[in-house]
Amino acid sequence: MGKATRVTNEIRRLRFANGEMTQADLADRIGLTRQTIIAIEQGRYSPSLEMAFRIAQVFKVPLDDVFAYPDKSES
Amino acid sequence: MTFEEKVSWVYGAVAVVVFGVYFTSILGQARNTAVTEIAFQQPMLIAIGATVAASILGGILVGISKPSEADKSDARDKEINRFGEYVGGSVLGFGMVLPLGLTLVKADHFWIANAICAALVLSTLVSTIVKLVAYRRGL
Repeated sequence: MGKATRVTNEIRRLRFANGEMTQADLADRIGLTRQTIIAIEQGRYSPSLEMAFRIAQVFKVPLDDVFAYPDKSES
Repeated sequence: MTFEEKVSWVYGAVAVVVFGVYFTSILGQARNTAVTEIAFQQPMLIAIGATVAASILGGILVGISKPSEADKSDARDKEINRFGEYVGGSVLGFGMVLPLGLTLVKADHFWIANAICAALVLSTLVSTIVKLVAYRRGL
């Protein structure tokens, strides 16, 4: 507990690139709470695979464009 | 703050206040009176009833304060809740060792009942604190 996830994400950038979508809009579209979107953006919560796919679908981009995981050599 | 997080705050606060009053009152009496003379049963039942009632009322008030978020929870809320309940359950398990020991040494019902009650309250508090920390810092 309290350990930030190593999964990085581009959700904030993608929201702004998609008509400055708000966190609340994104949350409503995938059935999450706004606080969960905030936690994911800040790296405090690692979403499930299904949740990650739903987020990528909203932005109409592949999963890799939204989420990344650093190689061992980068850590 | 999500609806579930606010409700966790309410549950924690209610448990602290109600059982803080109960244990202060009962253990205060135990200092000057023989425990067999202390009528703890009714205050304990009142404290349990008050906790349940105040928690339900608090949950309703939290819902009324922001109806759009009432009862709204997602996978993260469920994961946090499950983790908090798991830790709280472990605390309860360990906490039951004391009343079991008291029973084996044939201690007075006063001590056995209050040890069980204290273990329940402690597990609730630990569970609530774990959930609140998870909401703030992440799972």
